[in-house]
Amino acid sequence: MAALLEVKGLKAFYGQTQSLYDVGFEIETGGITTLLGANGAGKTTTLRAICNMVRREGLVRFDGKDIKNMPTEEVVRLRIAAYTRKNKQAVRDELDRVFTYFPRLKERVQQQAGTLSGGEQQMLAIARALMLGPRLMLLDEPSFGLAPLIVVEIFRILRRINEEEKVSILLVEQNAALALDLADHAYVLETGHVVMSGPSSVVKNDENIRKSYLGY
Amino acid sequence: MEQFLQQVASGLANGAIYACVALALVMIYVSTDHINFAQGEMAMFSTYISWQLMSWGLSFWFAFILAVLLSFVMGVVIERVVLRPLHNAPVLSIVVVFIGLLAIFNSVAGAIWSYLIKEYPSPFPKSSFGIAGVIGPHQLGVVLVTLIVLGLLFAFFRYTPLGLAMRAAAQNPQMARLVGVRVDWMLALGWGLAAAVGAVAGIMVAHIVYLDPNMMAGILLYAFASALVGGIGNPGGAVLGGFIVGVLENMVAFAGNLIEKTTGVYIIGNGEKLTVALIIVIFVLTVRPAGLFGRVVVKRV
Repeated sequence: MAALLEVKGLKAFYGQTQSLYDVGFEIETGGITTLLGANGAGKTTTLRAICNMVRREGLVRFDGKDIKNMPTEEVVRLRIAAYTRKNKQAVRDELDRVFTYFPRLKERVQQQAGTLSGGEQQMLAIARALMLGPRLMLLDEPSFGLAPLIVVEIFRILRRINEEEKVSILLVEQNAALALDLADHAYVLETGHVVMSGPSSVVKNDENIRKSYLGY
Repeated sequence: MEQFLQQVASGLANGAIYACVALALVMIYVSTDHINFAQGEMAMFSTYISWQLMSWGLSFWFAFILAVLLSFVMGVVIERVVLRPLHNAPVLSIVVVFIGLLAIFNSVAGAIWSYLIKEYPSPFPKSSFGIAGVIGPHQLGVVLVTLIVLGLLFAFFRYTPLGLAMRAAAQNPQMARLVGVRVDWMLALGWGLAAAVGAVAGIMVAHIVYLDPNMMAGILLYAFASALVGGIGNPGGAVLGGFIVGVLENMVAFAGNLIEKTTGVYIIGNGEKLTVALIIVIFVLTVRPAGLFGRVVVKRV
């Protein structure tokens, strides 16, 4: 099967500083891929570079289409943006469907987003992304700052979304153990280079990875 | 007492004009962080367009609507053509461009329509409109028209998806892009709307100040004062600031007249109204730079 997202020789720059050197990976349709790496390895920058939010060089191809020169909002629109939808009934149906993944949000429907708990806000962000009917979701540390129980809940929901909605996921995580459990493919970044890649089960059992990221 | 009410009413009418121009300034300010010095001249130009349309035989309201629409297009085009290339230019370059626009509009208007002062009609019926002795027909009409325009704008920003997208683009351009908002077009639209609101102000005020290429110079100053009083980043504040400044300048002149009448000493009068606006600008900037409703912007360095 052709890759949904293909990244080759990706370089990214903040002003004069280069923070990605030759990053490359592929995401298969329907798969969950994770990017691991220490602080400053370039994980978030990679996501930003895909969306054209930083100056970048290299190849980024989505669904066979070169999106290198596309502005951020057009990249996002490749998955049909919800707010431009005219059909109110369709939007309502979509909302109901998204609520089946996040029953908690339905309870909070009258509340302002800013008054939700951290975990609920994270759910809201994922739910909003789902409203776009995306083919690929880029998630930047969905576990950040959340209680462990909530993190497990969110990861369980992500798996369901992946399986039922056939949404491919690119997951950037600090929590390597959880990420490797969820993902079927993993890439490890170090100072802007891909230093290792393979199926999660292989990466998980690699001795270096275990020592540096999993801590046992 | 009647005189007092009259002064308040005419202050409100002027204030409505200031409110519109102030709102136009704020609309561009919140999305780009720039003050458009050419806002007044653009409004003046729009007013001339409506005058031209009327002299070709169109009715007032038809010319009004057409001129406002044309101004909207003009605003969008200026943003796309003149300001888009300066996207990453330093603030000073953009200020210079605004001043250049101001001069261009002023002299082009002068070249086409001459600098001679022209009379401008009022669309509101002379009799049976207004409240005798308190507010004249034109003043009441101005207040009503501006309130309708402001109400429409509020509804647009509050209740339509496009208005929501525009607010998102102004508040956080990068995140707005990430949810698929075409931020560049939102900026251009903002310019269009600002130009349209300015056009309404120009057309409404032309009957009072008469039509000439420099008609908006003083009004732009009042609008600055209004926007500052309300807090330069706050649209609702700018509108309220407009009414406050409008009434305040009349009150100051009214008090000055009263003092002159009772004591014979002339301190301040109608001639010093513009001074009041400038004093307000200085006062707000020194005492409360964030304005009445503005929030102090804290920047991490």
